[in-house]
Amino acid sequence: MLIEDFNKVQLSPIEENVGQSLMSIRDLRVWFELRRWGFGHAGNVRAVDGVSFDIRQGEAIAVVGESGCGKSSLMKTILGLHRPTGGDVSFEGVSLSRLDRRGLKWYRSQVGYVQQDPFAALAPFMNIRRILEEPLIVNGVKDRDERTARIRKALEEVKLSPVEDFLPKFPHMLSGGQQQRIVIARAMILNPKLIVADEPVSMLDASVRVEILKLLRGLQESHNLAVIYITHDLSTVRYFSERIFVMYAGKLVEKAFTPDLLREPRHPYTFALLAATSDPDARNAEVYREVPPGEPPSLVNPPKGCRFHPRCARAMQGLCDVEAPSDFEAAPEHLVNCWLYK
Amino acid sequence: MNQQTPLLQLQELTLHFRTSRGAMRAVDGVDFSLGHGEAVVVLGESGCGKSSLARAILRLLPRNVQTYRGQVYLDGRELMSIEDEEFRKAIRWARISMVPQAAMNSLNPVMKVGDQVAEPMIVHGGVAKEAALANARKMFQHVGVPTDFLDRYAFELSGGMRQRVAIAMALVTAPDLIILDEPTSALDVLTQANIMNVLKRIKKELGVSYILITHDIATSSELADRVAVMYAGQIVEVGDARSFFAAPLHPYSQKLMASVPRLRGDQEPDFITGHPPSLLDLPKGCRFADRCPLRMAKCAEEPPTFNKHGRLVKCWLHG
Ligand SMILES: Nc1ncnc2c1ncn2[C@@H]1O[C@H](COP(=O)(O)OP(=O)(O)OP(=O)(O)O)[C@@H](O)[C@H]1O
Ligand SMILES: Nc1ncnc2c1ncn2[C@@H]1O[C@H](COP(=O)(O)OP(=O)(O)O)[C@@H](O)[C@H]1O
Ligand code: SF4
Ligand code: SF4
Ligand SMILES: [Mg+2]
Ligand SMILES: [Mg+2]
Repeated sequence: MLIEDFNKVQLSPIEENVGQSLMSIRDLRVWFELRRWGFGHAGNVRAVDGVSFDIRQGEAIAVVGESGCGKSSLMKTILGLHRPTGGDVSFEGVSLSRLDRRGLKWYRSQVGYVQQDPFAALAPFMNIRRILEEPLIVNGVKDRDERTARIRKALEEVKLSPVEDFLPKFPHMLSGGQQQRIVIARAMILNPKLIVADEPVSMLDASVRVEILKLLRGLQESHNLAVIYITHDLSTVRYFSERIFVMYAGKLVEKAFTPDLLREPRHPYTFALLAATSDPDARNAEVYREVPPGEPPSLVNPPKGCRFHPRCARAMQGLCDVEAPSDFEAAPEHLVNCWLYK
Repeated sequence: MNQQTPLLQLQELTLHFRTSRGAMRAVDGVDFSLGHGEAVVVLGESGCGKSSLARAILRLLPRNVQTYRGQVYLDGRELMSIEDEEFRKAIRWARISMVPQAAMNSLNPVMKVGDQVAEPMIVHGGVAKEAALANARKMFQHVGVPTDFLDRYAFELSGGMRQRVAIAMALVTAPDLIILDEPTSALDVLTQANIMNVLKRIKKELGVSYILITHDIATSSELADRVAVMYAGQIVEVGDARSFFAAPLHPYSQKLMASVPRLRGDQEPDFITGHPPSLLDLPKGCRFADRCPLRMAKCAEEPPTFNKHGRLVKCWLHG
């Protein structure tokens, strides 16, 4: 209890050092109520449970974690699609909870969204021109010539040329990689300051993943965009983000600059993720990979104490299974949610 | 079983589909062989014909087949000439089984997973239900699913557990060869590593052979004894895993390897520009020519497969 309260007021060093923070997230909680027929309330899914971080203008961060750990719930809350159960998201110093409808519309024009499944993200009955025109119309760009010019520019930026060939096409006529470029073009068309990309390449063939990630990286640099890149694949993260936040069971368990985290991972879960990631090497076939036992916990009844303790080889009995750790600064700007670093 | 005879040998295996726009040459003259207890991975971009190759080996054909020919030898026995009925009884499942692409999402939702694993034994092996269930229990142990899950339904299991059940189903008839089509592509890193461990252990303990089909090159190295690279319906390189992963020979293989993001080492991944040719309208010469940085005049002619110290390469550079 005490530790939890302490967490709320503690400002971590990363957060104090921020000069130009674009978005600031404080102790964010996103819970979903579980209802059972005839029983009413049957508990909460604590999808996001006390997450804090800052994003600077022009910076790419990666949120890394396994399926079901709460990444998409975190994203949807950042996009204003879920209302937080607790805590706060603020953009350019203004809390989203204080925005009225017009404010929210403005906010959504500042944040672009790139989904995991490009085909599901694009309306099948609209051609590419309509798909890209819609956000412009909704946001009051009345002049048709201006809309056309902006659509052309967006398509050129995602390297779909000649533009004329693509405008009349429908999504099913495009490859997965091309569909994802359209999704990116749509996310960019209102000139946002932040792009949220939720597993943007996991549905794509390996051969086009790097191409799409490089495209995003290029746009980030040329437009000084902030990018939140969500993934479970650590091998791509190092080329495409400045900082990494590792997420486990609704919490961020390690936050550090990318090279620091990869050179010297601290949290036992981060270790496990790195140890399980293969590079192409014939020697891999000669050994078994080390994987922590068990599976990620239920978010309805997460384990007491540290949520990783049932799977952790270094768990300390009487401590890790009793009291949740807070964020400890293992090295400058390297925060680890683990008792080993107290 | 003669250890000298390869377990599986393909010669000029061909599978074309009939479409409204002409013949789709998904598998276009594939040769390769596989030894007992060996794992070959088939790598290639989406749409190059990997799953169709698996179908051609297992004779799991759609209705719109235009051409299906070539030779498939299993332990020296020619399979293409045998009757469908015999193939279904004595080959598919009994000798060669498959974990299809997205298998974990295709389990029967209204049947207990234990019964599902036992079913192929009852149907294809003529085993009594009791014995089949006992064997299913054994298979659950092999793939690392707790045996009290036998009575559960697919929706009660995580993705990783469902994938293990799919592997148990392919294992239960004690086949010599299992074809795995993208067994880990939809899974998280830790689950992926877990499944690869399971496959390695089964290979060691039961001596099965694998054909592992995937576009995930890094993970494929967890299992590969040999690597075959497929491009536009053809195999363009075959080599032992050690030489292949250290230095692939075909320009396409080299580009593929360079596109893999690596956790260790400092090589920035690069991507391959352009697209593979349409299988409806294939070029006459080398199929990789319009993306190949090393293209020469000769490449307008189709290269044969050259043997370079035991490694096979379909490229004029190695002639
Ligand atoms: N029954 C069919 N009729 C017509 N075309 C088909 C049929 N089945 C597959 N194809 C086509 O044959 C080509 C090869 O398909 P295949 O499924 O073998 O590719 P793959 O290499 O397994 O791809 P992926 O990595 O996406 O699974 C594709 O262009 C596909 O659309
Ligand atoms: N609308 C919802 N109602 C109830 N539970 C939800 C809802 N959305 C997500 N969840 C649950 O929250 C947890 C985290 O999900 P999600 O954020 O999608 O994880 P990730 O993106 O990391 O895979 C999961 O247990 C999921 O089932
Ligand atoms: S707090 Fe304890 S159980 Fe949790 S990761 Fe650290 S050592 Fe392991
Ligand atoms: S045959 Fe020619 S075009 Fe084809 S891969 Fe070799 S060098 Fe390149
Ligand atoms: Mg998600
Ligand atoms: Mg396939």
